[in-house]
Amino acid sequence: MPDESVISNEMRAHLDVESDPITYDVEKGAVIKFAQAIGDSNPLFQDETAARNGPYGVIVAPPTFLRSLIAGEAKSEFPRPFPNNLDGGSEYEFFQPIRVGDRITVTKAIVELTERQGRLGTMLFTTAETRYVNQLGQLAATQRTTGISYATPVEEE
Amino acid sequence: MTQLYYEDVNVGDDVSPLSKNATSQQLVKYAGASGDYYQIHYDDGFARNNGLPGIIIHGALKNAFLGQLVTDWMGPHGQLKKLSVSYRAMDIPNEDLVCSGTVTDKRVEDGVGIVECEIALHNGAGKATTPGKAIVSLPMWGRTKQ
Repeated sequence: MPDESVISNEMRAHLDVESDPITYDVEKGAVIKFAQAIGDSNPLFQDETAARNGPYGVIVAPPTFLRSLIAGEAKSEFPRPFPNNLDGGSEYEFFQPIRVGDRITVTKAIVELTERQGRLGTMLFTTAETRYVNQLGQLAATQRTTGISYATPVEEE
Repeated sequence: MTQLYYEDVNVGDDVSPLSKNATSQQLVKYAGASGDYYQIHYDDGFARNNGLPGIIIHGALKNAFLGQLVTDWMGPHGQLKKLSVSYRAMDIPNEDLVCSGTVTDKRVEDGVGIVECEIALHNGAGKATTPGKAIVSLPMWGRTKQ
């Protein structure tokens, strides 16, 4: 069936448009609090003595700490076609450690729009990429997240 | 912490499993630490009004558990290169969750030992609600510097 695409030109205009950058200081207290919140007792993430003798010489952040460095709002709101939204997944790539004392600049952009038919009817998959750049200008990590927008509410099973 | 070396690892090996049980208190701590204050993770009435059975665990917290699975296993001198997860089903607090994994590939790239794993978080009934993949580099015993 040659159905009309839910991906409008207005949506396409959002592709690769970066959010305003936000710069965060990676604070020791915030890293330790994050490690404790996820229940991770790894000494590299909270013990200064162990960290000093470890591979980085200083406390480093657990990999998903980056989630707490929240990107700024998009320049304009993405027009979601459907009322229901699910978090589909995440893909991190790590290039540099995140050390206490680093300054990380975060930007985010929608990089891919895909439409599929499935159990929930027409679904729009929105992939966004968040980029984390350290104070040396090095790309320290990226995170790709996929949101799923759909029209049909999920039925209780 | 014990260090895992590239030579110690074989395709088909298990990633040492990690048990977790997220209480409602942990979800509140995670909300504060991560800045994700969406009420479906700590306000039961709000969650039910949104068609959920009650409060649910943050996907990103499950992602963090799977990150710990890998960083615990690889040891301090391992490096996590890639961590991907997909959220196939919701998980609820106070269930015995198990994170586990299997080594699927190992190879040397530019003198660096690379190991790939399939990983997953399983709910109390043993269902893999959150499968994923991880790629790590591990130190090598027999490495000769040129």
